[in-house]
Amino acid sequence: MNQELQIPELGAIGLLRYAWRQLTSMRTALILLMLLGVAAIPGSLIPQRTQNPMAVSAAFKSSPGLSRMMDRFSLFDVYGSPWFSAIYILLFISLIGCVFPRTIEHFHASRALPPNTPKNLNRMESYSTWPAAGNELELARAWFKKNRFRVLEKDSSISAEKGFLRETGNLFFHLALILILLGISFSSLFGMRGEAILNVGERFVNTPTSYDSLSYGKLFKDGKLVNFIMTIDKFEAKYNVVTNAPEDYILNVTLRRGDLVTSEKHVIKVNSPLTLGSTKIYLQANGYSPVVTVRDSAGNVAMQGPIPFLPQDANLRSTGAIKVPDADPQVGFVGSFVPTYGRSKGGGAVSVFPDALDPRLLLSAWSGDLGLDSGTPQSVYRIDTSSMKEIGLKSLKPGEIFTYAGGAITFEGYVQWVNLQIVDDPGKNYALLGAIVAILGLLASLFTRRRRIWIRAGEVVEVAGLAKNAAPGLEEEIANFVQYLKGEK
Amino acid sequence: MSRTWAFLSNYLIYSAMAVYTLSFFAHAVETAWAVKIPDEAAPKTLDYKRTEKVARIATAMMILGFLLLLAGVIARGVSAGRVPWGNMYEFSITGALAFSGAYLAALRKYDLRWLGLLVSTAVLLTLGTAVAVLYRPSAPLVPALKSTWLVIHVSAAIISGGVFLLANTIAAAYLYLDSMESKGERTAWAKRLPSLEYLDQLSYRLVAFVFPLWTFAVIAGAIWAESAWGRYWGWDPKETWAFITWVAYAAYLHARVTIGWRGRRAAWLCLFAGSTFLFNYIYVNIWGTGKHTYSGL
Repeated sequence: MNQELQIPELGAIGLLRYAWRQLTSMRTALILLMLLGVAAIPGSLIPQRTQNPMAVSAAFKSSPGLSRMMDRFSLFDVYGSPWFSAIYILLFISLIGCVFPRTIEHFHASRALPPNTPKNLNRMESYSTWPAAGNELELARAWFKKNRFRVLEKDSSISAEKGFLRETGNLFFHLALILILLGISFSSLFGMRGEAILNVGERFVNTPTSYDSLSYGKLFKDGKLVNFIMTIDKFEAKYNVVTNAPEDYILNVTLRRGDLVTSEKHVIKVNSPLTLGSTKIYLQANGYSPVVTVRDSAGNVAMQGPIPFLPQDANLRSTGAIKVPDADPQVGFVGSFVPTYGRSKGGGAVSVFPDALDPRLLLSAWSGDLGLDSGTPQSVYRIDTSSMKEIGLKSLKPGEIFTYAGGAITFEGYVQWVNLQIVDDPGKNYALLGAIVAILGLLASLFTRRRRIWIRAGEVVEVAGLAKNAAPGLEEEIANFVQYLKGEK
Repeated sequence: MSRTWAFLSNYLIYSAMAVYTLSFFAHAVETAWAVKIPDEAAPKTLDYKRTEKVARIATAMMILGFLLLLAGVIARGVSAGRVPWGNMYEFSITGALAFSGAYLAALRKYDLRWLGLLVSTAVLLTLGTAVAVLYRPSAPLVPALKSTWLVIHVSAAIISGGVFLLANTIAAAYLYLDSMESKGERTAWAKRLPSLEYLDQLSYRLVAFVFPLWTFAVIAGAIWAESAWGRYWGWDPKETWAFITWVAYAAYLHARVTIGWRGRRAAWLCLFAGSTFLFNYIYVNIWGTGKHTYSGL
């Protein structure tokens, strides 16, 4: 034990410096870059909370143990997970540590003069020599100037260099990536995003309570929600009669903003959102809301209005729930709405076209406890029938009434609903600017050639060059140069 | 009217397939029927003079097939009154067009005729799958696709894809010849193929040439997504795999330019990057979930 290894003391600062050098080395950056690509894979194969919350809860239901385990490793939130963040944060630190010193270096290099002409030009690329006529240096000066080379003239030789744009482009590309990341972070701090389902005819007041779901950035202030009221005037969906595929969705709204006095008409379509400053309103989805009236046995209205149902297939067969908590005992209807009625081979009701040509409402009525007071939040599209009893089943056309023990329900008709997404994304312009600069930088760095050309004139003229990167083209350029000097061109 | 154009498009594509098949056979004949030169000094050398005519026919057929396919894709677009990029069938015929177009463009500058056998095979397989499995009647676009960005985003993506796959084919050829050389000499047939260094450089140049276009395709997609879906990036499976492809090619370029990878390692990385593109096209389009489900299957 007395033969301890003598390790030179690194010290805290030395250790930090060592770690920094490791992190900013190109090799580490490359490993981090590949790691980022690999780390992105699981999120595209495993359902993610932000993209597909339904599939995530289904996974929890079917295999709770495995799902909890996966959740511990953030596998349902890959792109917000600590390990994914760690990779890209390290990558960007590495990138900054690499790019900033290079930027300073490049700034100095681009102001420096080209190095002296080498002694033995015949060791360089594309060497050629011929007896001098006397005016070559003069011609060369003019040629270099015309082609915007930077030159150093010394002892009857010229050393010329060109192609700094390559490194400039390269640096701008990487700096632009940092700008994109800043733009994204800015949005996630100061932005907001919310969704609301609205029936045609309804009014939307832009306050937090009007939203079905709403998420803010950490530094977004409530008062920053744009002040407006919007009425859903009309929604039209056009379908192809051969393929049943949607062809167009057109939403007409009336908007009153700010002063709330003047109102303006707007059309919102899938690829053309409504823009209010930095806030945009998008048409995201649509469906049907059957309109029903529920009466108790005495004929008093217990519930009335349109109930949004969720589409289940391309022909918009939609399912939902009608809950009547004020009835005694409570009543609930598990419903299915088909816009164009048809029968499947098995005899069940299906929709054969997404437009409402022959609508039906299929209801099963349940009586008992809806479980609304249990405290656990409930889906408005589903009924927990565990403590209820089925009391009837009926298929209704518009205007028809279904009478059951304890009351009656009238299928009055339907309205359409639209799902609007309202987004304030203040950082996206920075991200866009970053993207544009990134592409320009990339083009400059991949298609610019950095090269040197030398000429020495005495009794003979000597010309040679050096391509600093393997890009082709120097040979041809020097051939042109030589032709010019010989007066052939 | 639109029906006539749709039928015309189908006939043009069938004709293109027939012509590509001729090209395939001509390439096969060229590859197989060169004769050994009775030369003591170089016993494994082949005489290609006899197959020169067939080789020219092979390339001519490739060009004719390309033109017929181009006409077929355009007729498909006319029949639907839009750009022909609305479903998987249309993506596939355009993708085959881009691939053979990238080959023909590269052929003008580089000695690539030996690759024609592989290219015509790949194009025939793609078109065959498209016609037999993916075919859907010509129809208008769904609302989400109704945007000028469709033209910009998809054309950039398809052209990038064509060139990426060409680079991939060359990288694969590199690996094949490399393993052949490491076992000894190249076989007589392979002797005419370019040197390893040439193939290595060529696949790099193709990637470096088209990487900015792929970057642009991803960014154009993001801009479009912002106006259609309310966010420019949402880690939708298609977006995620486009990002993975981008990262993989970025890693490839860095590995070559900055660290100096060459040869086998670089070729493997190139193949990996290209396979992420193919995975995105095939798996995510057909079996994936998310917003890019336009396969029409």
